[in-house]
Amino acid sequence: MALFEFWILLTACLAAATCALTGSFLVLRKQAMLGDAISHAILPGIAIAFLLTASRNTFPMLIGAGAFGLLTVYATEKLQEKGRLKSDSSMGVIFTTLFAIGVIIVTAFASQVDLDQECILYGEIAYVPWDIWFFNGINMGPRPVWILGFVCAINLAFVVSCYKELKIYAFDRQLAVSLGLPVIFIHYGLMSSVLFSTIASFESVGAILVVALIVVPPATAYMLTQKLSLMLAGSVIIGVVSAISGYYLAVATNSSIAGAIAVMTGIFFFLAVFLSPSEGVLIRKWRARAGEKEPGETPESLKTGSLSV
Amino acid sequence: MNDFITEFILLGDPNIRWVLSGSVLFGLAAGALGCFAILRERALVGDAVAHAILPGVCLAFIFTGDKDPFALLIGSVIFGWVSLVVMDYIVRNTKLSSDTAIGMVLSVFFGLGVVLLTYIQSTGNVNQSGLDAFLFGSAASMLPEDVKLFGMVSILVLLALVFLFKELKLVSFDPGYASVIGYPMKRMEFLIATLMVVTITAGLQAVGVVLMASMLIIPAAAARYWTDSLLAMLIIAAAAGAFSAIFGAAVSYGVPSMPTGPWMVVSCAIFFTISYFFAPVRGEYRRKRQRRLLKKKITGENLLKVFYKLYEMDDNRQKGRTISDLVKRRNMKPGELKKSLQHLVKNKWLNHYSGNPEAWTLTDAGFDEAKRVVRLHRLWELYLTQKLDLEGDHVHDDAESMEHMITPELEAQLIAILNNPERDPHQRVIPGQNGSNIAEGGK
Repeated sequence: MALFEFWILLTACLAAATCALTGSFLVLRKQAMLGDAISHAILPGIAIAFLLTASRNTFPMLIGAGAFGLLTVYATEKLQEKGRLKSDSSMGVIFTTLFAIGVIIVTAFASQVDLDQECILYGEIAYVPWDIWFFNGINMGPRPVWILGFVCAINLAFVVSCYKELKIYAFDRQLAVSLGLPVIFIHYGLMSSVLFSTIASFESVGAILVVALIVVPPATAYMLTQKLSLMLAGSVIIGVVSAISGYYLAVATNSSIAGAIAVMTGIFFFLAVFLSPSEGVLIRKWRARAGEKEPGETPESLKTGSLSV
Repeated sequence: MNDFITEFILLGDPNIRWVLSGSVLFGLAAGALGCFAILRERALVGDAVAHAILPGVCLAFIFTGDKDPFALLIGSVIFGWVSLVVMDYIVRNTKLSSDTAIGMVLSVFFGLGVVLLTYIQSTGNVNQSGLDAFLFGSAASMLPEDVKLFGMVSILVLLALVFLFKELKLVSFDPGYASVIGYPMKRMEFLIATLMVVTITAGLQAVGVVLMASMLIIPAAAARYWTDSLLAMLIIAAAAGAFSAIFGAAVSYGVPSMPTGPWMVVSCAIFFTISYFFAPVRGEYRRKRQRRLLKKKITGENLLKVFYKLYEMDDNRQKGRTISDLVKRRNMKPGELKKSLQHLVKNKWLNHYSGNPEAWTLTDAGFDEAKRVVRLHRLWELYLTQKLDLEGDHVHDDAESMEHMITPELEAQLIAILNNPERDPHQRVIPGQNGSNIAEGGK
């Protein structure tokens, strides 16, 4: 494996793991589309940060993206509450508008901004190996790897340290409130984790793959297990496997890496939907058929029963 | 700039006529159809369908090797349909919720589209240039034959909305009732889904797939603030969609590097913001104003009650009441109290007392109004104790809020139910309309 290949794979795997950890909770909380909304709505923040600093400096970008991410979450909630819109409509109004503004900024300043319309959608993971971070003149390796690794570590720390609270919160918010858990803290912790994961992944893998990595591997893992710990581990593994297989699919077909990874997550998802040993469509069909046979068998048991009476 | 005016605004350029008519027809159809998506809580389904048609577009291109509009139409309708079926299948057959299904379909189908798109680009087919205009839309790239086909599609959608308006309305607002009275719900669902897929396809070149959903969501959500009638909402949303199409096409024509879709979305968003604040029916400004007026009315009515109670205590209507008299009976902020006094004087319910400008008396009209409020308060207290068996000392707070809401019709009903009562649960006289109490006034 060439070195650049290693860096691309490592970036993709880190993005997959980061998104899977936080995405699992969004899927359980039925807020999967929040990842979609945030990943689109942070674009103007990133574009403005690029414009103002005229560089790909990470820190201003994080601030810009973070501000617009928070704006999205806040505005969606406010519009829902004060504007009396349904949550999906208010989310749709906010994030599509912000995304459109982002695309306009990027197009208008295309010469100054090192971003184009396509990289917004697909990201530019193929260029990751050349985006080197020099610390005191020492080559530290690609910058996105550091950022994603850092966010991934934060996510992991958050999930491990608040595991019990997150678990109750994810399955039964009312119970969490009545148990006196710091629900507000958990909610905002989770939102920030979504925000950080999205921002860190957006630049390298693009808006669409962020959505795929947040929603699909956790949904796949959820089809395979009922246990939260297994679901978290499973979604990370599925995300990483999708990332690696997607990369080779993209190389084989000479196409977009982000797109191919999204396709692979989808393939694993459908495999799980049909073949999951606990609740796959096939096993349920098979069980239903086995269940149909039972009436043929029950007369036997009824007979023995009636004999004893 | 002069070229822009003669060619775009005066439609001097024949190509502009095509571009504009195509975009406007799509804007009309998307705005109107979006109302049903919003009302049926399917706003983000449109987002997923719009993203999911990208592989259809790419496959159509791969098979025909050209941007033949009819093939693109077929390809995108098929994929739009498949995406709807997949979402429905996941929600029906797994424990996953609909938002997960939407996110899954959106990202995976779009990922497939991106793979196909980049694959086509890597093959170096000369016809492929401009295929990526389907991502964000490019009005400038519309050709007359595209407009003919996609414009026809929009017209069909609009006709379907006009002729099936009654059915769609019923299905959207009360699906349970619709199925009970024998509507073919499956066929209606199929129809609405098809209309959505087809509309999205019609906007392919104008908006692009990425921002398509906003053309379904934003005009309809904005129109909701202007009216409570579905028909009016459809018309307003369609008009907003059409206007944004003109706006987007104008920008894209003036600055060819600009994609059309984002500008359409931005103009929709501006309309949404205006609607949110200033729309006459449900806008924020009007609601704030109504709330303020209601608060003013309630404060005034409460103050009149205080005057009436003071009158009850000394039976002297002519005596001027000072601020300290009033505050003793009811705790009010001084600023609020002064404002309310001014408001009541302006309404000719209070007079300045002739002896003291810092004291007030009730006018005849004010006395009647005060009696009305006190009457409603005591009637409601009596109703709660007699008919709902509440304790007498528990009913005051409830009556405090109800007294401002009871209509004359309700008042007549209360009097009838309570048999022209004379006294409230605290044995105070219920003042009638004319005489000293209801029993006299009623007879």
